[in-house]
Amino acid sequence: MAIMQFREAIRAAMIEEMERDERVFLIGEEVGQYDGAYKVSEGMLKRFGPKRVIDTPISEAGFAGLGIGAALNGLRPIVEFMTFNFSFVAFDQLVNNAAKIRYMSGGQFKIPIVFRGPNGAAGQLAATHSTSTESIYSYFPGLKVVAPSNPDDAKGLLKSAIRDDDPVIFLESELMYGMRGEVNEDPEYLIPLGKARIAREGEDVTIVAHSKSYWIAMEVADRLAAEGYSAEVIDPRTIRPFDFDTVVQSIKKTNRCVIIDESNPFASVSSEVAFQIQQRAFDYLDAPVLRVTAKDTPAPYAKNLIEYYMPSADAAYEACKQVMYVD
Amino acid sequence: MASKTRKKRQGTAVDQAAGQPNGLALQLQVPAKPIHFKQTFETYPAGAYTHEELGLSREDLLAIYRNMLLQRRFEERAAQMYGKQKIGGFLHLYIGEEAVSTGSAWSIKIGHDSVITAYRDHGIALALGMTANECMAELFGKIDGCSRGKGGSMHFFKAEKKFFGGHGIVGGHVPLGVGIAFAHKYREDGGVCLTFFGDGAMGQGVVHEAMNLAALYKLPVVFIIENNQYAMGTAVWRAFANTEFYRYAANYNMPGALVDGMDVFSVIKAVRKYVALAREYQPSVLEIRTYRYRGHSMSDPAKYRTKEELEAKKKEDPIIRLKSYLLQHGLSTNEELDAIDGEVKKEVQASVEFSEKSPYPPLASIYEDVYVQPDYPFLA
Repeated sequence: MAIMQFREAIRAAMIEEMERDERVFLIGEEVGQYDGAYKVSEGMLKRFGPKRVIDTPISEAGFAGLGIGAALNGLRPIVEFMTFNFSFVAFDQLVNNAAKIRYMSGGQFKIPIVFRGPNGAAGQLAATHSTSTESIYSYFPGLKVVAPSNPDDAKGLLKSAIRDDDPVIFLESELMYGMRGEVNEDPEYLIPLGKARIAREGEDVTIVAHSKSYWIAMEVADRLAAEGYSAEVIDPRTIRPFDFDTVVQSIKKTNRCVIIDESNPFASVSSEVAFQIQQRAFDYLDAPVLRVTAKDTPAPYAKNLIEYYMPSADAAYEACKQVMYVD
Repeated sequence: MASKTRKKRQGTAVDQAAGQPNGLALQLQVPAKPIHFKQTFETYPAGAYTHEELGLSREDLLAIYRNMLLQRRFEERAAQMYGKQKIGGFLHLYIGEEAVSTGSAWSIKIGHDSVITAYRDHGIALALGMTANECMAELFGKIDGCSRGKGGSMHFFKAEKKFFGGHGIVGGHVPLGVGIAFAHKYREDGGVCLTFFGDGAMGQGVVHEAMNLAALYKLPVVFIIENNQYAMGTAVWRAFANTEFYRYAANYNMPGALVDGMDVFSVIKAVRKYVALAREYQPSVLEIRTYRYRGHSMSDPAKYRTKEELEAKKKEDPIIRLKSYLLQHGLSTNEELDAIDGEVKKEVQASVEFSEKSPYPPLASIYEDVYVQPDYPFLA
């Protein structure tokens, strides 16, 4: 184990997989000479050379499509979006080409590609630079969507994503890149996609939260513990496929659930998780499932407004108290 | 300072690491004199080439004739089957454009080189040697179709021919062609990717991104613009400020050429040349002018053009042109060519019977081919 920043864990995963497999390469804006817009790929150009660490023009649709074509023809690209907000100009490439070509070809082709980069809000970046894309990409059968919350998961999940034969959307966060944590250094340390992690066991309420929201969940669990309530915190880690079984098992014990999701509320990850819970665990619920999300608006710029916009620990704490019917 | 750097860097290959792609230094200086820009574009007119200079034997010519005729007869039957509701969805016919597909396929190493195209894909599929059976069965939506009944008319694929589809979003597949070429270069396997698209795709931004990337990274790709004059019902002059599509090559520092797509010899001559360039990592843009006789799709009465225009174009028909050539040069006889037509019609008729008999895909197959992962937990 070593203490690493989140960005270092992602870099370690990429380096290990590129050393393991000649077909893996990294392409994106500023990944090479600039050493990465957020220094995730720092030093990788020097290490692997320009054949395998490739700077692109500002041309998301072009280089996302290039990656998919290369994957169709036998390579295993890692495509970095400077942020997933910019993936929208490559939307057709991701949701039509990456997600559907295998299906439309009757299974003749596979597309082993990872699209990775920061996702969601990161302070006062205003509306176009703050979108949470997990529910958007999870909508599409054919894609897998991963959203780790800590450096160790980031490394283990990214390595699995790179080795996966299906296209994976790998969602990081500007605000977490500097976060430090213990990381397993074993080059064969792989965390399977589609498996949630029970981060904290508890009896009184289940909190489901991924990516940055996970840290809100942990803070709320601490506050509840101080008051004598035990919260079970589940980090789904993978959004598609979602590990509903782990959530349902937990709810059978706690009978209550709060979902924290920094997406906008309509048709979000929390919408689907709540639906699946009522379908699979209706008889076990002692309270309606509540969720804490971003406001149903574009992300604002002003400091007070963006703080108000984001799901807060206070709101999540109140939601937990509400489902437990305590004041 | 800048000029000194420029001198030093002149002639270097693409050097991403040094941050000076194409060996150019930062361009800070504005010259005092006006800039004259010139580029020569090769042309490949109809009727300009003989089979001897292309090195084609009598057998080659008959095979080319047969292949173009197979595409034509296949689609004529497909149109009938569409009328009988044996085929659903959209059906975009290629009739009139056969010299482009056959000429291109005859200019590459099939199975080694790659091909990708848009939704008007029956012609190139048959040109690459896919069978009438697997193509017709796909149109019928049957399990023996080339995409197991999952793709339909617009989404033919054949991995063993390195045929990467068959794509329905105009222009969306063009960067895939660049990526396929990228993989050829990455592996240094000598392969090239023919990337076909229509005149309409030239209006899509992603096509221009793809051209820039191909030229920037020096990828083994030939962009082939099949200019059949109409994007659905919109004539090129109604959609483009510059309708001379080959000229776009100049914007991306690539060679470009203009080819008559009604003569298979012109297509072969041009595609061979630019495939050879691509093998040396010089991408290019070929505008091949052609004409589709039918509407955009089966529901299109083609009121946006005159009967006179259509009839005039049919006089340039690529199949009739080759037939006349064969007869005039004493390379074949009417009897022999009629016999080929008879064989082709039988092959197509057999494909209809094959497709009728082929089963529909089992319902359980709906969950197959979504993911490679065999136990993906689909929501029920």
